[in-house]
Amino acid sequence: MSTDVLTPAAAPGTPAEPRRAARGRRRIDWGRYYTWAVLAWLFLPILFMVAFSFNDPAGRHNITWQGFTLHWYENAFAYPELNEAMFNSVSIALLTMLVSGGLGTLLGLALGRFTFRGKQLTNLVMFAAISAPEVVLGAALLSTFLMMGITTGYWTTVVAHVMFCVSFVAITVRARVITLDPQLEEAAQDLGAGPWTTFRLVTLPMLFPAVMAGGLLAFALSIDDYIITTFVSGDVTTFPLWIWGTTRVGIPPQVNVMGTLLFLVGVILAVVNIVMARRRR
Amino acid sequence: MRNRKITPYALVLPAWAWLALFFVVPIGGMLSLSLTTGNVITGFQQSFAVGNYVDAVSTYWEQILRSLFYGACATLLCIAIGYPMAYWIAFKGGPYKSTYLLLILLPFFVSFVLRTISWRFLLSDNGVVLGPLKSMGLLSEGFALLNSAPAVILGLAYNFLPFMVLPIYAVLERMDPRMVEAAHDLYAGRFQAFVRVILPVSLPGVFAGVLMTFIPTSSDYVNASVLGGTHNTMIGNIIQTQYLINNNYPIASSITFVLMGLLLIGIFSYARALGTERVMEVHA
Repeated sequence: MSTDVLTPAAAPGTPAEPRRAARGRRRIDWGRYYTWAVLAWLFLPILFMVAFSFNDPAGRHNITWQGFTLHWYENAFAYPELNEAMFNSVSIALLTMLVSGGLGTLLGLALGRFTFRGKQLTNLVMFAAISAPEVVLGAALLSTFLMMGITTGYWTTVVAHVMFCVSFVAITVRARVITLDPQLEEAAQDLGAGPWTTFRLVTLPMLFPAVMAGGLLAFALSIDDYIITTFVSGDVTTFPLWIWGTTRVGIPPQVNVMGTLLFLVGVILAVVNIVMARRRR
Repeated sequence: MRNRKITPYALVLPAWAWLALFFVVPIGGMLSLSLTTGNVITGFQQSFAVGNYVDAVSTYWEQILRSLFYGACATLLCIAIGYPMAYWIAFKGGPYKSTYLLLILLPFFVSFVLRTISWRFLLSDNGVVLGPLKSMGLLSEGFALLNSAPAVILGLAYNFLPFMVLPIYAVLERMDPRMVEAAHDLYAGRFQAFVRVILPVSLPGVFAGVLMTFIPTSSDYVNASVLGGTHNTMIGNIIQTQYLINNNYPIASSITFVLMGLLLIGIFSYARALGTERVMEVHA
């Protein structure tokens, strides 16, 4: 959920290893098998989805394996409504990333660096916003939009997504701010840099990994959200909403193709992350 | 610095405004809506009557209890599955710790809805999992998993497992391995060292995990809709139907408030015991 979970560069040494070696007897590492078994369970539906994106189904129901085809990849964009839903999802996620990234960074900076009146209250509200159930957030926002006579749609969705992402970004940035050495900023000021120059040339570059991690988290949370979006999106359809809508009539194989492509993006990001972590070491 | 005093307020103001306008105010708005009477055609009048709450609870107590029960089962399952995994990665993961964590998070790049629907196909009566077992004669022909309570609980545990693994991992990873060595030096066996040293240290992580799995699982309705059929609906299903299909806003908002009230009691007693800062720390 934060930078140090994704890239635990500061991992302390591996415990308990020398002790076992000293005992000289090699035990079977059940924990390894167990962990891989759970991982296999986590990947099972993904495997199904990827496999069936290559399936050539007989009827509307893409459930049993019929034969290999690349047809759905060639016609990945055959459903205009699906493309529109995908476009909505990505553009909403990008807007959410930018706005909640900006607001959350400022909030995280303030919480990590300064003491001010209302800090405890801010923490409490953030905590509540993170732990409140999605149904409650969606229902509450819809109630407000209804009472104020605001028509729900694209922009109310963006507003809602920014609302539930801000706190996640702020926490990620705050964790980084706390570990920064304030003397670096003082040194910059001693060298004649004004507050804005200091921020731009010293503070922001040091914060950047956390801002990036927070932003990506916001993007991921936004593009995946179904529950809050159903309440506040009105007539606008996003990718999860479109999938949901087609479950009753049979999901077209193109959905599996889109899912597989999204998964590939995740794999690429993960590989980049691992390579970067290696290089830093 | 001259403007040291104003700076923090300038920094927090935009986020404050956003959270106040779109989180705090809406919760208040929903409270006021839950105390109205009327319907979509005649409009809603603020009556400050608590009748909606009485109606909501007496009509839907079954779904409320079922939601809390499913949430509790899924949370326990997450602890049972997730704790050993977090433990192994934290202590034995070596240089691959971050890789394992990424592998846990990777399935989440695929849409939550899409993954849950995939489970529906996997668990279907003659699907990829049950089909072969049935044709081998290991299961009777009539055996079904779909549209049952276990299917919903399994789906919930599946979807929220990382929220249990990550906080437990975070506390175990920060633990000084010398504490375990010290326990061994004091003649504690593996079991004793675990119960007396590792388990107490990891408890804040487990609590954070419980918070992060129990709240979303007990208020989820996607799993109940996709995997539970018509007989295993949860309170989220009711809220969604009342809001978006029946447009019965007073009842819908009062039932939402009941759900939030039940969960808030848990959250705040927990936050009081540990302090919000620490809870958030484990979250992050």
